[in-house]
Amino acid sequence: MRGLVVIKAGPAIALQDLGRPGYLAMGLTRGGAADVRAVHEGAALLSQDPHLAVVEMAGTGGTFEAAENLRVALTGAVMTAQVDGSAVGWNASHALPKGARLTIGPTRSGTYGYLHVGGGFQTDPVLGARATHLSCGLGALIKTGETLPVGTDKGKTVGMTLGPEPRLDGGTVRIVPSMQTSDFDEEIRHRFEETEFRRDPRANRQGIRMDSEGEGFSNSKALSIVSEVIVPGDIQITGDGTPFVLMAECQTTGGYPRIGTVLPCDMPRVAQAPAGAALRFAYVTLQEGAAIEARAKAGLRALPGLVTPLVRDPAMMQDLLGFQLVSGAVSAMHSPLDEG
Amino acid sequence: MQDASFLPKIRSVGLNGLLVTFGDKATDAANRAAIAFRSAVDGQNWPEIAESSSTLVSAFFRVNLSEHRFDDLKARLSEILETQDWSAATLPTGRALWTIPAVFGGPRAPQLAEAAEAAGLGVTEAETALTAARLRVLTLGFAPGQPYLGTMGEAWNIPRQVGLTPNVPAGALVAAVRQICLFTKDTPTGWRHVGQSAFACFRPRSDTPFPLAPGDEVRFISVTAQELAGIETHNRDGNGGALREVLG
Repeated sequence: MRGLVVIKAGPAIALQDLGRPGYLAMGLTRGGAADVRAVHEGAALLSQDPHLAVVEMAGTGGTFEAAENLRVALTGAVMTAQVDGSAVGWNASHALPKGARLTIGPTRSGTYGYLHVGGGFQTDPVLGARATHLSCGLGALIKTGETLPVGTDKGKTVGMTLGPEPRLDGGTVRIVPSMQTSDFDEEIRHRFEETEFRRDPRANRQGIRMDSEGEGFSNSKALSIVSEVIVPGDIQITGDGTPFVLMAECQTTGGYPRIGTVLPCDMPRVAQAPAGAALRFAYVTLQEGAAIEARAKAGLRALPGLVTPLVRDPAMMQDLLGFQLVSGAVSAMHSPLDEG
Repeated sequence: MQDASFLPKIRSVGLNGLLVTFGDKATDAANRAAIAFRSAVDGQNWPEIAESSSTLVSAFFRVNLSEHRFDDLKARLSEILETQDWSAATLPTGRALWTIPAVFGGPRAPQLAEAAEAAGLGVTEAETALTAARLRVLTLGFAPGQPYLGTMGEAWNIPRQVGLTPNVPAGALVAAVRQICLFTKDTPTGWRHVGQSAFACFRPRSDTPFPLAPGDEVRFISVTAQELAGIETHNRDGNGGALREVLG
């Protein structure tokens, strides 16, 4: 069986993909990877479809052994990584020959790291996706001793790299006004934009609490509202005035007012900010936001053309013949979607 | 009861879509309007709309607003809005009527007496009201497939309790603010636990993962705790002894 054996699982690793759209009316949110950009980066590195499932690793990874020759790629939060004890680079693709062990250690920056395999992880889809959605009972955390099935890999190239868009250390996040933004007084919205927040350690795939000094952001006008649609990226202000950014596994509706909504393309920055990282929110208009998001989407589609060969220190190259550096190399011209 | 002063409004929700809202209070009329309007727009199969949903008072259309202009879609939705009074619209056809067995009161539903008192009713009266009501799935949410059912009579406008009950089980009927919620999974809640069914609202590996849909109607029939236990021992499909009929 093509597979990746989990020799030792970190405490919070699970399969993810681009989620399960189509069930909002039934109360099931899309879910999927916290850092969607990282999923696309890994797909570009392996020259395959971004819909293939990946392992999302919060905080730390684990030890994995190839049940047969595999290609792997590592993206998202930077973690230490070794193949059979030798350090390998992040944001790159590598060969993992049969029997080789890949050890992924704790994060050095960011929160969610991603492990991709050529062919993708091929568990049985539930409701059209493989994404783990713990609060809804879909899938489970990956456990030590499991073998994760891997699909057929049509690609051959490894030893490729991709410079990631910087997003692992907080920073400024762009937001558009949302349905209740105008219920907040101008003064509160202004102060919200001027405030430097810290990502609270109380954070998960449903939402991230934002800490700040001083007064909260609740607005009496916005307190008693009927429960309304939530989308990922909504910033809800709870009764005590604390903002929470709602993440991939947020519920479909909620009764707290939303002061704004993070642009989808800036969600990886929110997801990856480690506990304590500084974050600011900056309003853009709906039109500006739409243009920024459209450019970001085009950027995701262009990722396969940005993949370049990893320049290696020959001293670190143990098995040069194991790497096929040329055949099947991606270019901007051919289709990157090598369906697994 | 329609709030005549409320004009439907169309707002953007992030870059994720458009929300058409029919009331600023959770009224039955606003909910009917949201369900009927969503159904009418869905019937037009706009390629821009990736999916739709409805909440207590709004219809939501998921549209990628980085690809499609909000103003254009807002104008097109406004045209449909103006074709009729949506709060008086008939609900879509093909909805289901569910009859779901449940135990009311006793150890399986320990807060019936408390809820009855809050509603100013005797326990028997409360149970009669809960089984006589023909309720509508106002919306599904909070957990997958979980219905908010309404609308109970004015007496049932009982507030949520201040403290949370730490763990009310899946299948529970809980009451507050003229609504009944039927829990998908064990949930901490401030709503009062008035009944217990064996109905699974989310069946991820079945052919019908979400048995209920917004607009469906639900009535409860009272069974004894023993009868419920019997249902639970033969409940592999999660249907909990419920009966489904299609409304004409």
